[in-house]
Amino acid sequence: MFLTFLTFLPIVGAIVVALLPKQQEGAIKQTALAFAAADFLLSLELWRSFDVTTHKMQFEFSTSWISSWGVNYHVGIDGISLLLYVMTTFLTMISIIASWGVTKHIREYMMAMLALSTGMLGVFISLDMFLFYVFWEFQLVPMYIIIGVWGGPRRIYAAVKFFLYTAVGSLLMLVAIIWIYFIVKEQTGVATTDLLYITEHLNVPLDIQKWLWMAFFLAFAIKVPMFPFHTWLPDAHVEAPTAGSVILAGVLLKMGTYGFFRFNLPLFPHASNEFVPFVAWLSVIGIVYGALVSLVQEDLKKLVAYSSVSHLGFVMLGTFAFNHYGMQGALLQNINHGVSTGALFLLVGMIYDRRHTRLISEFGGLSKQMPKYAICFMIVALSSIGLPGMNGFVGEFLILLGFFQVDGMITAIATSGVIFAACYILWMFQRVMFHELKNPKNMNLKDINARELITVVPLIVLIFWIGLYPKPFMKTFDASVSHLITKVDPDNFRPSKHKKHEHAALIGEAELAKLQKELQGK
Amino acid sequence: MEPINAPESIDLISLAPVLVLSVFAMAVLVLDLFAGKNKALVVFVSITGLFLSGVSALAKYKLPVYSFNDSYVVDHLSVFFIFLFTLSSALAILLSIEYNRREGIRMGEYYSLILFCTIGMILLASSTDLIMIFLGIEIVSICLYVLAGIRRRDLKSNESALKYFLLGAFATGFLLYGMALVYGTTGSTNLMKIATAIHEGNVNSMPLLLLGVVLLVVGFGFKVSSAPFHMWTPDVYQGAPTPVTAFMAVGPKAAAFAALFRVFTQSLPELDSTWEMVLIVVAVLTMVVGNLGAIMQTNVKRLLAFSSVSHVGYILMAVIAKNSIATASLLFYMLAYAFMIFGVFGIIIMMGREGEENLEIENYAGLGYKHPLLALSMTAFLLSLGGLPPFAGFVAKFYIFSAALKEGLLALVVIAVLNSAISFYYYLKIIVFMYMKEPQQEIRVSLSPITLFVVTVSLIATIQLGIFPDPIIALAQN
Repeated sequence: MFLTFLTFLPIVGAIVVALLPKQQEGAIKQTALAFAAADFLLSLELWRSFDVTTHKMQFEFSTSWISSWGVNYHVGIDGISLLLYVMTTFLTMISIIASWGVTKHIREYMMAMLALSTGMLGVFISLDMFLFYVFWEFQLVPMYIIIGVWGGPRRIYAAVKFFLYTAVGSLLMLVAIIWIYFIVKEQTGVATTDLLYITEHLNVPLDIQKWLWMAFFLAFAIKVPMFPFHTWLPDAHVEAPTAGSVILAGVLLKMGTYGFFRFNLPLFPHASNEFVPFVAWLSVIGIVYGALVSLVQEDLKKLVAYSSVSHLGFVMLGTFAFNHYGMQGALLQNINHGVSTGALFLLVGMIYDRRHTRLISEFGGLSKQMPKYAICFMIVALSSIGLPGMNGFVGEFLILLGFFQVDGMITAIATSGVIFAACYILWMFQRVMFHELKNPKNMNLKDINARELITVVPLIVLIFWIGLYPKPFMKTFDASVSHLITKVDPDNFRPSKHKKHEHAALIGEAELAKLQKELQGK
Repeated sequence: MEPINAPESIDLISLAPVLVLSVFAMAVLVLDLFAGKNKALVVFVSITGLFLSGVSALAKYKLPVYSFNDSYVVDHLSVFFIFLFTLSSALAILLSIEYNRREGIRMGEYYSLILFCTIGMILLASSTDLIMIFLGIEIVSICLYVLAGIRRRDLKSNESALKYFLLGAFATGFLLYGMALVYGTTGSTNLMKIATAIHEGNVNSMPLLLLGVVLLVVGFGFKVSSAPFHMWTPDVYQGAPTPVTAFMAVGPKAAAFAALFRVFTQSLPELDSTWEMVLIVVAVLTMVVGNLGAIMQTNVKRLLAFSSVSHVGYILMAVIAKNSIATASLLFYMLAYAFMIFGVFGIIIMMGREGEENLEIENYAGLGYKHPLLALSMTAFLLSLGGLPPFAGFVAKFYIFSAALKEGLLALVVIAVLNSAISFYYYLKIIVFMYMKEPQQEIRVSLSPITLFVVTVSLIATIQLGIFPDPIIALAQN
């Protein structure tokens, strides 16, 4: 019930905000923030009392919802979703602080933000396919409204594109869900959409698995977004207001990668293995293409948006490594990307608020005028590149390490993405922050203020925390990832089983012992 | 020759909903003479009649009951449909009160026509005989011709009525010809006897029977407005008074579907390989034409007309699937659709004022901030029509898609979901105007209490059916 309470708290907040009079802008913002902050603080309790030793669902709650169809309201959280859940509440709070300057229809804005939060949280905890789909579609509407109402000049185009792209993907997923429902009903005689039951009992031949896999893949790949399906992202990011971009990058994209972990891999392990090369190549193309396109962007936000395509390519690569390193790296990189890119969007938003432009050519020499801002920007930029000691490094390193065991060639190409990242980020940084302070419009810019610091500093703390001491974060994934690997391990689907220990030497002794102990524990 | 009407098959209790409604409809006609300008009494009597008629549908409790030489049946399907009809007619009447006052429609016949039309719908949903079905369709159609043209001084209304009448008469011809061929080849107009004749191979001429079936598809296709027989829909929907449009989009359409469902699943199941393909083509065409047509529209009523065409395509999937889920999903879909449509049209009515109806999408610009609750309700209805959770439309679509997938109609379902995605485009268009565009002129809505009441009821039902659909699903599954 606690989980349900946490998930629906924001939308209760939205209703409360709706009841406040339109003129009391201060009260509206404070109420919204109070709800978001309460939600975040309470969600920390989840993390605190989370049992990291088991892959089983925790804080589970299940009750019959549509009993004639066997649909349950079934929620729970495990290692894969825990941090995403906490990050969602966290970024919602940060976004609301970052939106303090919104003046247009502030009440509706806060309502949309809070409703969006409930939608996203619901996605991460749903353990019933029907319920998952409901939340998955539900969160579209507030995001669509946020982009469409508070966005830039081409906001309507971007909002509709965002909505339709996602809708097409998810509707095919709906077909797959219904199909699975009937397959399970036929095989076990139980009519249910319960994900855990289906994961355990679904048994379909490879060719049907492939079709189902593709339906889910399309829904999630559009959301991630993977290479050929990414075209909605730059538009949505560029047009969205700052907080919208933060949420979009921080949480919405993660719903796609989360979907792979929750649906594609455990439900269709064999098909997933069959599609590894396909996904790997798309990811690598995304990594390199995203990076190259970022290099030539003139708009700061567009640059960050394309860098997301590149970063998410890494996450996908790690996910489909099907080993401990890769998958842990992917999950960690999920969080890292949310933190780093979220912070980047916040920082870009700050100079946009001051100058109402995001063109790189308009800036130059800002570090002299805004030193504190420049320092924050530097840290975040470096973390996005993946400098050792910062969060991005840990995630990308683990992913590359993991995928190296699958395919060295692809990993080598992917690694070039890290180098390109350094190129586009540093070059951008140089053009914005260094050089002469020539443009007179930049002469009087104010440095970062207290409220803006409040939004960025926690993210910077996280950047270093994850970079230097990632264990508290990694620890939460451990059990769930190990369990997932037992399902999708490529060895399960190979005729001969001799390859398994070839790479064991790469794993540290202690790590290996622990792994074995866990396996024995089961 | 068979003896006419064996006495035991006359069962007036079965016929109670029809009888009750007939009495009330005639009472309304007479009362109108004395009621003068105030139509409150007429409205009250009409609603009472509909309510009593709905209640009397429960008079038979051991279902199914066949009567009148097996030409009339009371079964779960018909009882559910009678509820739907009486409910939707009542909502239509409630929507009409303020609209008619505003637009100067002062005829008391208006209400009795709706009641007579409802009688026709009940007959349609309860008949198991082609002749009875034909009678039902005629009663419904003739009432609708008049209702569509009830604003005599309005050119659009006249055009609407005339167009509907001419094309409708033409389609009725097809239907009748189809029925004649089916009768000629199988020797009966009774649905069960037709089924038996086909089953036993007692068919004079198979080609003629098949031709008859195709003609039936054409005739019914016109009545439910499926493509390519949908041409009348946009014009008629646009020209008819708005409450009548809402009424037409729900009740009569559901009734035609009930009859279509009965004819094709009860009397022609053995021929399914023939008509299934025809209906699949018609369904796909209907979805595509409806959705693509709607994209282009700038008039809200025309847009909804095309959208209703596309919904017909989805509903046809239930007829094609014809399994146990299909029946229930058809019922659920019609009910959900009824609430969405009455909600949307209620808001459309409120957007207009005396002399100006404000039917262009542009007129909705800025509504989201001027009347947030109204716009939010409209958003809910539109998203529900598109099939977005957590609204009734999603559950309804999920249900229908399930029915079709269970029969293995994968390609059809995929086409249907892609069409749903297209449909979001034009539903979003209205939302874009409500929230994302600046108003061109001042928005003045007429928040009339009764219309507002209908919208509220519809909104609650749309959300209720979307979040807690279980009771209705259980009911529909019986």
